[in-house]
Amino acid sequence: MFHREAGIFKTTYAADMALYPLPIAKWTVAALALLFVVLIPLLFAEYYLAILNLIFIAIVGALGLNILVGYTGQISIGHGAFMSVGAYTAANLAVRLDLPFWITLPAGGLMAALIGVVVGIPSLRIKGLYLAIATLAGQLIIEWTINHVPAISGGAQASIQVPRPDLFGLILNTQSRLYFFLLFFAALAIVATLNLMRSRIGRAFIAVRDQDIAAEIIGINIYRYKLLSFAISSFYAGVCGVLYTYYFGIANYEQFQLIVSIDYLAMIIIGGLGSVLGSIFGAIFVTLLPIVLRLLLENVGSLVFSGSELANVISGTRLAVFGALIIFFLIVEPEGLNRLWRNIRNYFRVWPFSY
Amino acid sequence: MLRSVKSWLGIAAAAGTLAFGASGVFAQQKEVVFGFQCDRTGPTATVGTVLCPGYHDYIDLVNSKGGVDGYKIKVIEVDNEYKVPPAMEAHERFKKEGAVLDGLYGTPQTQALAKKLEEDKMPGTSPGFGTASAADGKRFPYIFPIAASYWSQAGAAIEFVKEKLGTLKGKKIAYLFYDNPAGKEPLAILEDLSKSEGFELRTFAVPAPGVEMGAQVLDITSRYKPDFVVAHLFGRSPSVAIKELKGKGYPLSKVVSFVWGSAEADILAAGGYAVAEGYNTLQFAGVGKDFPVLKDIVAMYKAEGKPAPKEMESTVYYNRGVMTAAIHVEALRNALKATGGKPPTSDDVRKGMEQIKGFTLGGLVPPLTITPTDHEGGGWCEVWTVKGGKLVKTKEWYQGYRQVIEKQIAADAKS
Repeated sequence: MFHREAGIFKTTYAADMALYPLPIAKWTVAALALLFVVLIPLLFAEYYLAILNLIFIAIVGALGLNILVGYTGQISIGHGAFMSVGAYTAANLAVRLDLPFWITLPAGGLMAALIGVVVGIPSLRIKGLYLAIATLAGQLIIEWTINHVPAISGGAQASIQVPRPDLFGLILNTQSRLYFFLLFFAALAIVATLNLMRSRIGRAFIAVRDQDIAAEIIGINIYRYKLLSFAISSFYAGVCGVLYTYYFGIANYEQFQLIVSIDYLAMIIIGGLGSVLGSIFGAIFVTLLPIVLRLLLENVGSLVFSGSELANVISGTRLAVFGALIIFFLIVEPEGLNRLWRNIRNYFRVWPFSY
Repeated sequence: MLRSVKSWLGIAAAAGTLAFGASGVFAQQKEVVFGFQCDRTGPTATVGTVLCPGYHDYIDLVNSKGGVDGYKIKVIEVDNEYKVPPAMEAHERFKKEGAVLDGLYGTPQTQALAKKLEEDKMPGTSPGFGTASAADGKRFPYIFPIAASYWSQAGAAIEFVKEKLGTLKGKKIAYLFYDNPAGKEPLAILEDLSKSEGFELRTFAVPAPGVEMGAQVLDITSRYKPDFVVAHLFGRSPSVAIKELKGKGYPLSKVVSFVWGSAEADILAAGGYAVAEGYNTLQFAGVGKDFPVLKDIVAMYKAEGKPAPKEMESTVYYNRGVMTAAIHVEALRNALKATGGKPPTSDDVRKGMEQIKGFTLGGLVPPLTITPTDHEGGGWCEVWTVKGGKLVKTKEWYQGYRQVIEKQIAADAKS
């Protein structure tokens, strides 16, 4: 926030393209790492770690969807289904072949990527709302398939119990142990996305989004990049599904229904399309806000209502306030929380001499 | 825009202090905390908005009479919106607040928390949710279905059909079900019974969201012409089924519905009691207002100078909430008996849950016997039928084909 750029001169292309162009950014990252790796797990109770864990998983999923929707401009309502593909792949491998998570996790991602490419094929011909409906069909077909093929779903219940991940003999069965597990993958996903977007592939995605005909003319194979975008996005979704599976200890397709796809779309729209930080903000907003609102309403409401009446009031009010806040933030800043954050940052960047 | 940044920070700071500053006010002695999940705003809100007030009212009633052995019960309710991640958050919240049990809500939520509950040694109850195999207390030591599972309901439904038709040999039974894991779960029992009892079974799946079943019903009424229809539907679809079957001229007295298609709300949504005349419903808690405990709740409200809650009118779901609360309280009572009045741990409450026996609350709760091996308590059902503008009891608490269900549970444990 208090970056000062005066006196910093970039003399090489490498310096200009660095992940952290300013020296202070490196310190910020180091401070964040210290906060998340040392301070938070030391100071926070399990309950708060549990909330953070849910946010970490949501970040991985939101980043994946943002690569597809935000960066490449291909809308998808099948994100939840890709998660279920990852989840069931990992669960089957973990239970039937007794494989550890460091094999099942990428395997789940790869399988989701494969299915994602197949569902993404219509994107070669259609765009916008039409593509949304095509991916919606993908979501429903995948749901139906898992529900009706016992070889995938493991029986009528369509749920497979998965053992807790085992890291060199350490069973990750508490929120604080899972915290580090999930933090690692969330951080990996963030850094990977940041780097992906600085690479040739990322630039090509953005070119396809901004104007696909122009992109084709300057030599980008848009078929290849659209499918690649689906593959990468679904890979993230698959990994997100695997993380959910290990987090809950069960793969269950009812966790990944249409509503989940919509929730993730909401995350990236609120957070900001086409930005890594936006995906993070969106995941935090959608996961955390209902919880904070409930705590707020419980405390404020208990002054007015008693016991059971309070429970009656909280749920409805929370939903209304949550919806109103989304509308409010989008009216204030249609480009999402990321833009809001950048506005704040730009304000302080030249503060107190704003002219 | 930029000017408002400061005011934003101000609002955020104020909200933060409100959220975290005000907590910690509650600190009472002799208090036991129950965690209770509910869905008041999600896809099953029609159930939750009636069931959960029933739960709270019973706990309030117990508290108004001085609590359990001097312990007041504090309920923390979390609305999980029928989503899985909030259910995990809710469970962690309960744990943080020192809850001794977790009242679960929703099938995927029950499944997702099964492992966590076991790790945390906290009992979770899932009446009407979760899997039928969770009745096996050895396999799932911390999950308590406490009400008839879908397997038990399938057994009860077929026993009821047998009673109605005299014999099942050579009869045709149609199974109309919602095409999801919960809808398919009873198939194992139905297929097994169809072999042993010699009736023909045909299945008719209704895809989500279950509001369009014209084709299935036409198939049933005009082509298959079964002797009985067993329906297992959720949400809006039971009312659609009643309307469609009625519209095609099929007698509703030859229809029996599982527990989630059996509420007053379903009948009203189908067009009222006149339309649904004859419709049979399975129940896992008592129906109607003719129970002493419900009169006590009305009296409690009266003493506070308030009218009885309107949710009480929808007795099917309301009474299920009361039943869940009553079993929770009974488990706590047993736990306190074992600890000799010392604050019970969640594991004590689990043991207390496993001792529940002969507790019927004037017929609102079935004659459950929960044991360390049977967490379902026997799988009791009642049948209530729409007759003359209300639900009338047609069959007292019974267990349908208990040996078949037990065999299935044992077989499932091996696979």
